[in-house]
Amino acid sequence: MAILVLAEHDNASLKLETAKTVAAANALPGDVHVLVVGHQAQAAAEAAKSLSGVTKVILLDDAAYDAQLAENVSKAVLDIASDYDYILATATTTGKDVLPRVSALLDVAQISEVVEVVSEDTFVRPVYAGNAMATVQSHDAKKVMTVRASAFDAVANDGNAELVTLSSVIEASTKFVSQELTESERPELSSAGVIVSGGRGMGSGENFAILEQLADKLGAAVGASRAAVDAGFVPNDMQVGQTGKIVAPELYIAVGISGAIQHLAGMKDSKVIVAINKDPEAPIFQVADYGLEADLFKVLPELIEKL
Amino acid sequence: MKVLVPVKRVVDANVKVRVSADNTKVETANLKMAINPFCEIAVEEAVRLKEAGIATEVVVVSIGPKVVQEQIRTSMALGADRGIQIETDAELVPLSLAKILKAVQEKENAEIVMFGKQSIDGDNNQTGQMFAALTGMPQATFASEVKIENNQAIVTREVDGGLQTLSMPLPAVVTTDLRLNEPRYAKLPDIMKAKRKPLEVIAVDDLGVALKEHQTVLKVNAPAAREAGVMVSSVEELVEKLQNEAKVI
Repeated sequence: MAILVLAEHDNASLKLETAKTVAAANALPGDVHVLVVGHQAQAAAEAAKSLSGVTKVILLDDAAYDAQLAENVSKAVLDIASDYDYILATATTTGKDVLPRVSALLDVAQISEVVEVVSEDTFVRPVYAGNAMATVQSHDAKKVMTVRASAFDAVANDGNAELVTLSSVIEASTKFVSQELTESERPELSSAGVIVSGGRGMGSGENFAILEQLADKLGAAVGASRAAVDAGFVPNDMQVGQTGKIVAPELYIAVGISGAIQHLAGMKDSKVIVAINKDPEAPIFQVADYGLEADLFKVLPELIEKL
Repeated sequence: MKVLVPVKRVVDANVKVRVSADNTKVETANLKMAINPFCEIAVEEAVRLKEAGIATEVVVVSIGPKVVQEQIRTSMALGADRGIQIETDAELVPLSLAKILKAVQEKENAEIVMFGKQSIDGDNNQTGQMFAALTGMPQATFASEVKIENNQAIVTREVDGGLQTLSMPLPAVVTTDLRLNEPRYAKLPDIMKAKRKPLEVIAVDDLGVALKEHQTVLKVNAPAAREAGVMVSSVEELVEKLQNEAKVI
């Protein structure tokens, strides 16, 4: 039998998260197949062919799948589910939207945000905002799970899988109306090696310009705490935390962030954490490798200058 | 139009939980409990739909032992019209919760079922989607704006790259994200009134739902602790440490 990985893509290109989810799939017994469901997603499917360990890429390409709606993508996965022991997706907004539907239609319990594959039926996942790690053994015949991308290293691109095209079309009652994507020249938050994040201490959206200067010096992505998002400083897709994005870069610089449980859940697996805060009691200093107690408006220009 | 809102009792969001000494579970005894914050947002949205004259009734349902009645009463103090407790002592996975809620929906026939996007204890983010799959309803997850027009739900969702808007026929499932609304506080007179609102208790066995054992939690560990860091006194020292000690820049 085999393992099916639902590809994370935007039709035009394959996302790095897929290569990380394939790494989790490679730790399981069986051939790894990648399913690309989308519209004009040929390029994403071609990219998936080279992922190390993948033996087959299945492309399901139709206008009906353009917005990757949970309603019909889940049924498309269900159509081929009988061939697989495992069905995996990345724990992105798309994976989280689609996979529980697949799971319920198969009458199996989903395991969310897997960070470690212990054995063929046992997995580790964080609960309570990452304050506890649960080791869960699944008794279901089919294992359906989402994978936390930040916990796995992307596989290499040395594979050469065959490409198979399917043509089943399932219409959804849901209709796509519009989308509004945030434009950014900087690296994507979920795959960046360095992240500079601002919190309520930034004071305003305009002040994020100074963080962006620092980010550009470091080739970093810019993130934010929930407080900064709720205050309207920056858009919500920049939020790092339990309910935003979960990241684990080489270097995470938290500026004007107190370090609430919710925020720590999204970044405490970063390799090196730097905290800049004027409150010496801020909980962020308890997880920081390097802490600097200072006014961010004084030290940020200095830091930018020194780099 | 009726709105059904499933709510969950969880450890308060501001409490830092600890793993039990024998590594079998998270200690929840004697901790402050509350409505899951996302469920609270769902209750608020349902009540606003009622205040806007779109919804006619808001029904809150919670699954668990008698203590979940506290969260049902709180929801009624926030404006829900009546409550249902599905009584069980079992710890249930989201799929089982979704099956129970499907049985509730079969009695209630709500046009909108408004879930929180995830509970802050299990962090599963599954129940709403599973319920939608089992009932065959369309779903709008991670909602930051909900409009009801011409028997359609038009919902803006928070997705990884920004925002996406979908429309779908009713009945539909909506799961709420943080920025959908700011929940109100319950006023004292409303808390008193909530005590007199109807609360129906149904034993889980009376729903005739077949539940399965899907998984076993083998152990629960505290996450690996980070080594204590150092405080630096200047930007110069910080840059020096990052370059030479951590070697990350």
